[in-house]
Amino acid sequence: MTATQDSGTEIEKSNEVTLTIDGVEVSVPKDTLVIRAAEQIGVQIPRFCDHPLLAPVGACRQCLVDVPDAGNGRPIPKPQASCTLPVAEGMVVNTQATSPVADKAQQGIMEFLLINHPLDCPVCDKGGECPLQNQAMSNGRGESRFAAGGGIKRTFPKPINISAQVLLDRERCVLCARCTRFSEQIAGDPFIALVERGALQQVGIYEKEPFESYFSGNAIQICPVGALTSAEYRFRARPFDLVSTPSVAEHDACGSAIRVDHRRGKVMRRLSGNDPEVNEEWITDKDRFAFAYARQADRLTHPKVRDAESGELRPASWPEAFAVAARGLRAAGASAVLTGGRVTAEDAYAYSTFARVVLGTNDIDFRARPLSQEEASFLASEVVLRNEVSYADLEKASVVVLAGFEPEDEAGAVFLRLRKASRTGTRVVAVAPYTTRGLRKVGGRLVPTAAGAETAALGDLQERHSEFGLDADAIVLVGERLATVPGALTAAAALARATGARLAWVPRRAGDRGAVETGCLPNLLPGGRPVTDAAARVDAATAWGVEHLPELPGRDTDAILAAAAAGEVGGLVIGGVDPDDLADPAAARAAIDAARFVVSLELRETDVTRAADVVFPVAPASDKAGTFVTWEGRPRPFDAVFSHPASLPDSRILAGIAEEAGVPLGFRSVAEVGTAMEQMGPWDGERAAVATAPATPARTLAGGQLWLSTWKQMLDNGSLQDGADAMRETARAAVARVSQATYDALGADTVTVTGDRGSWTLPVEVADLPDDTVWVPANNTGNGVLADLASPGSAVAVEGTVKGATA
Amino acid sequence: MTDTLTPVLTDNWDADRAWTLASYESRGGYGALKKALGMDQDAIIEAVKDSGLRGRGGAGFPTGMKWSFIPQANPNPKYLVVNADESEPGTCKDIPLMMASPHTLVEGVIISSYAIRANHAFIYVRGEVLHVVRRLQNAVREAFAAGHLGKDIHGSGYDLDLVVHAGAGAYICGEETALLDSLEGRRGQPRLRPPFPAVAGLYASPTVINNVESIASVPSIIERGADWFASLGTEKSKGYVIYSLSGHVKKPGQYEAPLGITLRELIDLGGGMREGRQLKFWTPGGSSTPLLTDEHLDVPLDYEAVGAAGSMLGTRALQIFDETTCVVRAVLRWTEFYKHESCGKCTPCREGTWWLVQTLARLEQGQGSEADLDLLLDQCDNILGRAFCALGDGATSPITSSIQYFRDEFIAHLAQGGCPFDPAASTAFAAEGALA
Repeated sequence: MTATQDSGTEIEKSNEVTLTIDGVEVSVPKDTLVIRAAEQIGVQIPRFCDHPLLAPVGACRQCLVDVPDAGNGRPIPKPQASCTLPVAEGMVVNTQATSPVADKAQQGIMEFLLINHPLDCPVCDKGGECPLQNQAMSNGRGESRFAAGGGIKRTFPKPINISAQVLLDRERCVLCARCTRFSEQIAGDPFIALVERGALQQVGIYEKEPFESYFSGNAIQICPVGALTSAEYRFRARPFDLVSTPSVAEHDACGSAIRVDHRRGKVMRRLSGNDPEVNEEWITDKDRFAFAYARQADRLTHPKVRDAESGELRPASWPEAFAVAARGLRAAGASAVLTGGRVTAEDAYAYSTFARVVLGTNDIDFRARPLSQEEASFLASEVVLRNEVSYADLEKASVVVLAGFEPEDEAGAVFLRLRKASRTGTRVVAVAPYTTRGLRKVGGRLVPTAAGAETAALGDLQERHSEFGLDADAIVLVGERLATVPGALTAAAALARATGARLAWVPRRAGDRGAVETGCLPNLLPGGRPVTDAAARVDAATAWGVEHLPELPGRDTDAILAAAAAGEVGGLVIGGVDPDDLADPAAARAAIDAARFVVSLELRETDVTRAADVVFPVAPASDKAGTFVTWEGRPRPFDAVFSHPASLPDSRILAGIAEEAGVPLGFRSVAEVGTAMEQMGPWDGERAAVATAPATPARTLAGGQLWLSTWKQMLDNGSLQDGADAMRETARAAVARVSQATYDALGADTVTVTGDRGSWTLPVEVADLPDDTVWVPANNTGNGVLADLASPGSAVAVEGTVKGATA
Repeated sequence: MTDTLTPVLTDNWDADRAWTLASYESRGGYGALKKALGMDQDAIIEAVKDSGLRGRGGAGFPTGMKWSFIPQANPNPKYLVVNADESEPGTCKDIPLMMASPHTLVEGVIISSYAIRANHAFIYVRGEVLHVVRRLQNAVREAFAAGHLGKDIHGSGYDLDLVVHAGAGAYICGEETALLDSLEGRRGQPRLRPPFPAVAGLYASPTVINNVESIASVPSIIERGADWFASLGTEKSKGYVIYSLSGHVKKPGQYEAPLGITLRELIDLGGGMREGRQLKFWTPGGSSTPLLTDEHLDVPLDYEAVGAAGSMLGTRALQIFDETTCVVRAVLRWTEFYKHESCGKCTPCREGTWWLVQTLARLEQGQGSEADLDLLLDQCDNILGRAFCALGDGATSPITSSIQYFRDEFIAHLAQGGCPFDPAASTAFAAEGALA
């Protein structure tokens, strides 16, 4: 590590250029722009169009500087835009701080910018945090010569919708093109562009294509004036009334840095943080706009216990609830833990500890989704404790293979980094059913794969690895969905081993990777300790201060539910699990009903809380400190935004139950959990062995049937998006996708897809799918594909509805 | 008198159906092409360099040097693009040339493309002049049929495809990088330089962009030699050019002469000013070049001398205004043009022209005060040299120069509370007695 850094510094040194800005000598790397070199000596040159992550454009001309020596001994006669001017050895630059020419040039531009800008700062959302306002004060004149001369401003009707979420006030726009350049260069959604010309130039949309971008909020954030606002935040607050707290986004496994702006205990908006290592300055619209879920009417506010007489849930005090839960679990016999995938690493560690120490079981699983035993082995042998791939590595990779993973939908920050990488030479190969919009935007190559045929496709890729350029600089990213295909995860690992490529697992939920690391799996103890390794068990038992730990791997989610239904497991501790996310929602509900005693830790009312015997309200991410672990294995600690004494993290609740059970966990606060985790530390013994791949079962399609491919789109009916109505309106429409041949055979615009759990009627579109596969979005319709339709990879019947018959 | 004129480009304009291939070839047309195809490509570039030919589109950059900037080692295709988007107020040389003798341009395109090793060339014509577009298309069709264009031209092994592309009506597309954007199918706005078009132009490939008249001059250089061409004109401004005389002269039109002729001579050639009228002001090269007055009648019209007189040779669009013309009114009309044509990319041009029009309009109506003249000059100072491309600079030229020479006339507007001129007196029909 140190060696690399040293050589890196040396390379930079040899490429350094020394110039003089405002009389101060400064050395910066070659190709640095003058505007940024000036920042090094503490001179802020005013700017609008310039943005460090966008290509220079030189449109606003606000950053003009005087260059008396271009480095060749000759002056540049005109003032230069410092945002497009690279440094040169010996260059002399005078900014507004020392040059009257530069100062006048900047004042002149500022005056021009303001002539057509409305004086509506008092009602503008940007007022108080507006670069135009600030720089007009620092680099402009106090009085308007335009207004004094009776000038007539250009006006437009106030705001127009760019999308349901984004509003445009054209009068305020200074035409810096940051939003359009972001959409084109970063997100790849060029549905907004500058139209018209002269002072009538404006940001416009293409009438036939809605501006549906998962990243549109970033355009609002980088707008240097109040031209772009969000339906979510418009007219809601004044910047100077807000308190800002840095945090980490809870919607996916990307660990994006965010800034939560709140007022009087209420989140008013969320913005992207700036973390060059992770999400740079961009977040998804879900990270930005989906935060109202924590203040929905069904939010749980106090513990509840089931009344022995009435059989109804009734409010209870915390001590009572702790006691009832402890007593009930003891009486229930064998108990198991389902943790969902959304909790912090600290909470996950608490669940892991609770299962082993209090319940004495390895029956714990964080996976609230279709899963496999193969996946658990894969996580133990290939994922836990590994952090070989980072965001920055994606940019340096020769090829990135995506398998069972659609980054634009499932990990937005990964998608944006991949797109950046693809623009500098990284090639993307996707083992997927069709060329998605995301894959098109990264210029990726599709390995067309029928639903359920990923194992064979990965094997084929391994054989043809040289054709795809797979080498030691390649990276294989596998998604959690691959677990549903027997042998696929093993095949991906084999592909990586054979080619020398690095492998990373990208789950969907923020807490998934942390749960792996803290042992919320039947085969893993915290710190990657294999359950089957006696030394690892002793190590963990010592850290926990217990005599011994169960020796055999426990049950996974599916087995736990089956055992509960069969009466083999009597007690369930369930945190943050929606039955509709599980492999068989109906069976899961039946199992929860059948369990003798259910403890539910939840944010809002669900089918689980309604069936539970004790319900504990848990703190949402904004109310607790903790750590999310990204898909890379990078810990992302964050502090609580709010402190609500009645809003307890899962770990505190589990500690309370444990204490009532007479088996204290040794921690109560999040900080104490952190200390306990550190004390246990990572396992330095042998890793779990690579398991052999399960046999691929033979499968056949009946007539009229297709294999079902599905995943969750970024914006869908997920409960964490509740309350973000404007954002939901920008979700991609629910459509079924089939191949051209299938479409022709169906001969209809609408299809009815029927699986073993129900049927959906959806508009149908053509994509480059294999002829035997149909794709549907997993959760944009009804209760989701698992509850309403069928299992991913299973055979479904697809029938065409007569053309035009369905509205 | 006729000695001062040296018709080369305009020589065949009086021929019967001069625009046809037959007519052009009957006068020796495409002879230069055959000669060029027998020459080494670098020798052609050398000849153009030696001739001293400078860009006729206004900037006057040496054409041969521009060609030599093309990195021949670049594996991308090379392109020649002819800028025929003639839109500058007053400029009217390329459109008559393409109307009268399109083959002169086509022959120049083939020789120039051959020299820079381009197998694709484009003529980007102003879309409003549909008749010219059609005439060019016909000429290109004829040239293909005659084997001057296409595969293996006259057995030389050299291939060239020539496309005539019509613009969509934007002055900015005469700016070469905006033209490239437009040619690529985008909305025309100037590009950031570097990279310069010679390195990354059309489709990010090495591209030469030349004015119609520059390219049309190439056949004569090849045919008659660089020395002949260099013997015409002045020391640093070599060769002949078309001077477009318009406005208050008796015989407006195209006058082809060596560089360095004076306006006095040209007005004489044009039969003098309108009857009984005096020269008041004129533009040497279109509305973007600062105005000159009767003080400058004897300035040699070459790049250097016009520059020294405080203006630019530009496109030699000599718009002549006599004393019936209100300079404030003329400048306001030009400024309205710039406001309408500003592409909107950069602040000073977009917002500046918006404001200039308002200030000038008030002055024309006699509103405001003398301080507004200083405001106008300050606005111009904040635009000139601050804009993204030359459009912004050009917008300030008529204003600053008119205030320089005719400040009193602006003040007269204020004093009288309106324009002291009769606008009808400056019209063409006024001289014909239509007003009487």
